[in-house]
Amino acid sequence: MLLDVDAPPDRGMAVVASGLMRRFGGRKAVDSVSLELAPGECLALFGPNGAGKTTLLRMLGGQLKPTEGTVHLHGHQLPGEAATRHLIGLISHHTMLYAALTAYENVVFAAECHGRRNAQQSAMDALALLKVSDRADTPVRLLSRGLQQRVSIARALVHSPRLVLLDEPYTGLDETGARALTRALEQLLSVGATLVLVTHHLGEGLALATRASIMMNGSLVRTDLTPAGGFNSATYAQLYRSLTSQEGE
Amino acid sequence: MSPPRVVELSYTPPGFVRDALRVARKDLLIEFRTRSAFIAAAVFAVLSTAIFRFTWEQGRVSPLDLAPGVLWVIFTFSGILGLHRSFGVELADRALDAMMASPMSRESIFAGKALANLAFVCCVQALALPAVGLFFNLPAGQFWWGIAGVSLLAAIGLVAVGTLFAAITSNTRLAELLLPMLALPFFIPVVIPAAQVTSLLMNGRPFAETVDWIKLLAAFDIVFVAASTVAFPFTLEE
Amino acid sequence: MTSSSASTTVSDSRTESPSAPSGMDWFLIAAIAGVIGACVNVLLFTPSELRQGLAQKIFYVHVPAAITGLYFSVIPMAIVSGLYLWLKDERLDRIAESLAEVALVFVAVVLCTGPFWGKPIWGTYWQWEARLTSTLFLSFVLIGYMVMRGAIEQPETRARLSAIIGIMAGCLVPFIHLTVYMFTTLHPMPVVLTPNFTKQNLSPEMLRSFLYSLSAFLLLFVAMARNRYRWATERDRLQVLEDQR
Repeated sequence: MLLDVDAPPDRGMAVVASGLMRRFGGRKAVDSVSLELAPGECLALFGPNGAGKTTLLRMLGGQLKPTEGTVHLHGHQLPGEAATRHLIGLISHHTMLYAALTAYENVVFAAECHGRRNAQQSAMDALALLKVSDRADTPVRLLSRGLQQRVSIARALVHSPRLVLLDEPYTGLDETGARALTRALEQLLSVGATLVLVTHHLGEGLALATRASIMMNGSLVRTDLTPAGGFNSATYAQLYRSLTSQEGE
Repeated sequence: MSPPRVVELSYTPPGFVRDALRVARKDLLIEFRTRSAFIAAAVFAVLSTAIFRFTWEQGRVSPLDLAPGVLWVIFTFSGILGLHRSFGVELADRALDAMMASPMSRESIFAGKALANLAFVCCVQALALPAVGLFFNLPAGQFWWGIAGVSLLAAIGLVAVGTLFAAITSNTRLAELLLPMLALPFFIPVVIPAAQVTSLLMNGRPFAETVDWIKLLAAFDIVFVAASTVAFPFTLEE
Repeated sequence: MTSSSASTTVSDSRTESPSAPSGMDWFLIAAIAGVIGACVNVLLFTPSELRQGLAQKIFYVHVPAAITGLYFSVIPMAIVSGLYLWLKDERLDRIAESLAEVALVFVAVVLCTGPFWGKPIWGTYWQWEARLTSTLFLSFVLIGYMVMRGAIEQPETRARLSAIIGIMAGCLVPFIHLTVYMFTTLHPMPVVLTPNFTKQNLSPEMLRSFLYSLSAFLLLFVAMARNRYRWATERDRLQVLEDQR
């Protein structure tokens, strides 16, 4: 089974980020960001273009070293060793696929790279979860953008990651694909995985999120937003306007 | 630091050789499906041989004096064609990000890509050697095995340093210009001894005369493979 | 629009311009004067070599330029590049960048002065033999190094990839030095940098002139590298201010 976990996750925090700062030249893309995420939490990150959301996501995934600060994933500091990288799944608007290989070959390769013992079965399960099994033998370059994105999501989830980082994952997905992605992410959350979701699709983002934050100019300006507490599209739009007008003063 | 607290029993820890072979197999499968780089290299090899053949003054220059140089020009520049595409395929849809996010070590990724490039270069050599022999009416003989051996030995050094520079230049705007500009000077310490051995063997000199050149070639192979393997992770980290 | 609290001013000792003197750089001028003086000394006050005659005097420019370019510029550039990968200090990247440009100047002097000796002695300006060829290709590496730096926008990526090229370029220098021993070549065997370094083959007057030339070239190297580093520091400081606007 794809989303299997052989031991219950630890009761402590899954992700602990302290004082993260990343500088590119003279510009601070991320400045003094700290956050904690428990297993089973989904943080939706909103903000204007250039706010630093993708940079923060890449530091949380260990792809980018912070200039200052630390990130710990289940007790291990990132960027980490092989065992820690195994815990992370990446989904972005880049498919991270090989166009000349079939959907199945791409997902099997990802499963094998992550040390999945039953790589072939895991790949088929992942493709089935994203409702793209019938196109498993089609080269990726011949798939539509939406189907490529579904295969990319299968690639990211095939090794049952504990932390999934999603950067605009709904890009190119149709209704069916979006529902399949949401269902897969809900299943992951139910077995204790942690999600960090960057999206401009407010509806999908808030449907999954246990809490939300707004990022502006490299900093988290609001971190106390929860759908359960009344945070929705309307309140977000109002908040966004007031924050950007404060910026303009 | 405490050991991981989440146990994933269906996880196999990374192994250098297994991971390298997996990456190489993936690259060769992609090249086999597209054949873009191999066809370009093969056409280049045959065309170059033909051009050298037509500009050769048969009475004045012996084919055994000309052929070694022709062979190594072809090997060097067709190798560049293959090296350029080896990271192009990774960066097209950022597939390299997914590989780097996996537990595989950076060194095994380098070894896998270098192995695939080595297979590519050896295929081009396997095409170019008979082509040069045919076009220049070179004699058949046991020396061709020696030339094949030194070609493989030189290919190891070329591919090691070429794969490193392909990784470096793929991050820049001027990759097609920078790769030959940076890589070719480092090919010189490998190509010169290889061309010398090729020339000695073609001219029927005894094997003992080639030993010093082969030792020099092997020494540079070791230096370049080691240096490139150590340097490669720095091309990827941010 | 005023800056938000997240956009703080970044200013530290790494981008503060070293105390640059206003007006003329007297050190550089003195170094250039030293090189001119060395050339005058070679032409007017140094005896000619018996067999090669006037052409041999190129030796007093060619060899100091080669020593300065290869051993005092490229090798330190490789070492500093390695230190950058270890320490990630941007000052080390600026030093490596400065050494690479200065190295290219001296390597260009080597490649240009060699033919003026080669024509009367070999009968040809250029020979595709191992030492000349590998020195020419080293200049390509240095040019490629600078072209690559111009093609990468991101400072950290630029510094990191340049450092790798710098280290690999340093590996070529021993090969160049050993080529005259490894290959049958027209290039003269080393006269100064030999295994018997303490027993020189030059006459005392020639050795004096050579050491004077070498000192002048080394002084010029220091002056040029210093100037180039200052320029790089000022450039990066302005870039930081530009990024913060």
